[in-house]
Amino acid sequence: MSQAIEHLQAMEKDGLRADLAIIAQWIKADTKVLDLGCGDGTLLAYLRDQRNVLGYGLEINPFNIEICVERDINVIQANLNNGLKAYFSDNSFDCVIMSQTLQATEQPDLLIEEMLRVGREGIVTFPNMAHWRARLQLGLKGVMPVTKNLPNQWFNTPNVHLCTLNDFEQLCIQHDIQILQRSVVDYSHKRGSLLMNLLPNLLGEIAIYRFRRR
Amino acid sequence: MPETIADDSVGIVETQIIHFSEALVLECGKTLNEYDIAYETYGELNADASNAILICHALSGDQHAAGYHSMDDKKAGWWDSAIGPGKAIDTNRFFVVCINNLGGCKGSSGPNTINPDTGKYWGPDFPIVTVKDWVLCQYRFMQSLNIDHWCAVIGGSLGGMQVLQWTIDYPDLIKYAVVIAAAAKLSAQNIAFNEVARQSIMSDPDFCDGHYLEKNTVPRRGLMLARMLGHITYLSDDAMRDKFGRELREGKLNFGFDVDFQVESYLRYQGRSFVDRFDANTYLLMTKTLDYFDPASAYDDNLALALQRTSAKFLVISFTSDWRFAPERSQEIVKRLLQAEKQVSYIEIEARQGHDAFLIPIPHYMNVFGAYMNNISGTLS
Repeated sequence: MSQAIEHLQAMEKDGLRADLAIIAQWIKADTKVLDLGCGDGTLLAYLRDQRNVLGYGLEINPFNIEICVERDINVIQANLNNGLKAYFSDNSFDCVIMSQTLQATEQPDLLIEEMLRVGREGIVTFPNMAHWRARLQLGLKGVMPVTKNLPNQWFNTPNVHLCTLNDFEQLCIQHDIQILQRSVVDYSHKRGSLLMNLLPNLLGEIAIYRFRRR
Repeated sequence: MPETIADDSVGIVETQIIHFSEALVLECGKTLNEYDIAYETYGELNADASNAILICHALSGDQHAAGYHSMDDKKAGWWDSAIGPGKAIDTNRFFVVCINNLGGCKGSSGPNTINPDTGKYWGPDFPIVTVKDWVLCQYRFMQSLNIDHWCAVIGGSLGGMQVLQWTIDYPDLIKYAVVIAAAAKLSAQNIAFNEVARQSIMSDPDFCDGHYLEKNTVPRRGLMLARMLGHITYLSDDAMRDKFGRELREGKLNFGFDVDFQVESYLRYQGRSFVDRFDANTYLLMTKTLDYFDPASAYDDNLALALQRTSAKFLVISFTSDWRFAPERSQEIVKRLLQAEKQVSYIEIEARQGHDAFLIPIPHYMNVFGAYMNNISGTLS
């Protein structure tokens, strides 16, 4: 428990990560939100305290779960692939969030469908595989990209379904999903610059989308 | 035997008894005109009586949840691992109450006590009580202590079922509900195990149709068998393998029907020691209480509808190797709570010990449980 408390104190000092801050701006007050892979519950705690949001998180890591409970977050221990199906009925949330997890799931397309079954809107964030640093490594060096944002080697990465902004937007078209908002940030999670917003698929390191069924 | 009392123990405790003379109408239609409730308390009730916690015991439990009755006690109370100063249920902050449920055999009115109307042992004539009856009884008990609500009601197994019933029957009188290794109702397999246990007791010639106490005897073999069977269902295959494997008691096979393997010796020991501390009629009664439990039945068999009434915040905990009340049974409760838009957290603890894990201080389990309780104590004035 003391380890969990230390972690909490460290988090509070750092403030809210920029991508989470963007998500937080997109969530309306007094709504009901589900966070898939909620980690240590940072976003849910923020939404509860600042926006009076009724939040629930799905998480599998026991250490993260301890921190969520410590923070008085409603957390359900379950994996994403079965958890959504097992626990949640249709249209039971205003918004379903999945940050930095999509690329590590078994079937991202089905998961996005599930998000929109359970929630009226969805928000995802994922690392952009078409960022110039990744392009440089694959295009010039001819190796799978390893960046600060994607630190694993090809053989040990949990990220089995990496994609780019263009890929994601293509999938949305195919699945009749309307993109409501898009934002990009860099690895240090600084807000996107003007240039980054002009060339998001080249300069954005992390993509953030809000979407709903068309 | 404790040579010294540890700092995190509630220490030497005493069972007390309250006599109730207001009639209690039971679900079965019968009425108890008067009855006794045996209980223990740990910690201090605060000035505004807002820190009271009710602990509900399981099938073979009783009111002695923590501490020792004397320095000669071999073992501490059944949930000493979780109740005490600085433990998950911190008696420096909470006033903890545990009662022996009606029909029990540790001081509350039950089959092994005297029926005031006849002057004889109740024996098999003690009415069958339900979880709902227990909760009503616990409610009256709460009032008798001048407490107007429970800060939390907590229990494992059959105890967890009482917690669920509390949240449904008295939604405004319970703020937090901790439901551990429980189920919303028994499965056919659960009932089947209970029936074999009952049959083994009732077919013992010393059972005497339940009137064994009058005849100065005890259905030892039957109760022992029932406990041996129960014990198998409380442990997992892994836990038994870890503990005994195929280890032989005397290092060789004896080619007879007496004990060869350590596991046989262990089960016999568990069975025998249980007979010395438990009443066979109580065992019959409590297994029926388990079988009958189904709070959704009063709500069109719709558990979500039943839970719709509740206003407590829930913590539901299960254990991976528990096959008596498997994680799926807890997940069902969680699913219905979510459907009813209730505040709930659900934790599945990785454990090899089977159903018994809920009594074992597994670090992750105690951390999560302790963190939850810590938040509750933060809400107190």
